[in-house]
Order: sequence, then structure tokens, then C-alpha cells
Amino acid sequence: MAMESDEIERLIREGIPDARVEITDLAGDGDHYSARVVSESFRGQPRVKQHQRVYEALGGRMGGALHALQLTTATPD
Amino acid sequence: MTDTTTRIGEIVNSNDVVLFMKGTALFPQCGFSSRAVAILDHLGVQFETVDVLQDPEIRQGIKAYSDWPTVPQLYVKGEFLGGSDIMAEMFEAGELQQLLEEKQVAKA
Repeated sequence: MAMESDEIERLIREGIPDARVEITDLAGDGDHYSARVVSESFRGQPRVKQHQRVYEALGGRMGGALHALQLTTATPD
Repeated sequence: MTDTTTRIGEIVNSNDVVLFMKGTALFPQCGFSSRAVAILDHLGVQFETVDVLQDPEIRQGIKAYSDWPTVPQLYVKGEFLGGSDIMAEMFEAGELQQLLEEKQVAKA
């Protein structure tokens, strides 16, 4: 089962409203994406926590409907 | 505490560096696991691997244990460090090398 990149972006924005989200479909198969999520709310949080917040926003789809998401998180410069 | 939680606790506390992964260090069964092994190999540290494909209980249990939805997962001295993306980010920033030195992890 695959997910559309728009859907991934929408879910992340719902969970982290100020997030800037860039999604890339790595293999063009709707199953392997990379996401870069930039949010001021990440500031001061360890990387594990930042990634956990993105996974939480994706509501359990990670590792299920969403097989492979290469994730990078950052705070705005 | 379930038995699986106890088992995972024993694994992460009895190995300085342990990678929960799909496949083995020699034959990784997934690109993310392969990348994680490559980073540890490159850093030249001693590490243990646990093949979650051989153990369905650990495969499910590790997700709850770490509150992390995917494999691979890296533990250093009992502390959860993250998956392959975080490993790559830390490696590129020089932070992973620094952390392993600070924790005085044995070289391979």
C-alpha cells in the first residue's frame, strides 16, 4: 500500500502546524519518500524527539502504509 | 513488564553498541539497515546486531520499547540514539564519532 506525497505533507502540517515540509518521491513509486521538516517548535528538542513528533503526526502509518520515509528535521535558520 | 521488554532491556544493557536491524551485518535485508551498518563499520567500533526478521517478538517489541516505528534502531550504552536517518545526520555532523568517544566505546 502506498501513500500520496500530498497526504504525507497534510498529515505532518496537521500535527506540526508551523512546519515547512518538503517531500521527495525518491523512487517514483509512491512508496519511498524523503521528507525534510523544518519547524521552530523543534528548537531545543533532541533529534529523536523531533523525529518522534513527525512520526506521531503520521499517526502510526510509518512502517505500515508508509514503508520508507527518509526523514530530516531542522529548525529555521 | 513483559518478557519481550525484559529481553530487550537485557540486550541494550549488556552491549555497548547494539543495532536492531533487518538481516545481519554481512547480509542486511533492507537499505536503511545497510546504511546503518555502513556507518558503524566506517567508524570502526565494535557492535552487536539483532536481526529482527529472526525474532517476531523483538521486531514488534522494539517499536514500543523505543517509541520508534521503524528498524534499524541504534542503542549506545543503553541509550536510544535513533534510526538510520539520525545516524547519518549525526555522522555527517561529526557528532556520532564524538559521542562514541565520549562514551568510550571499544574500537573494532
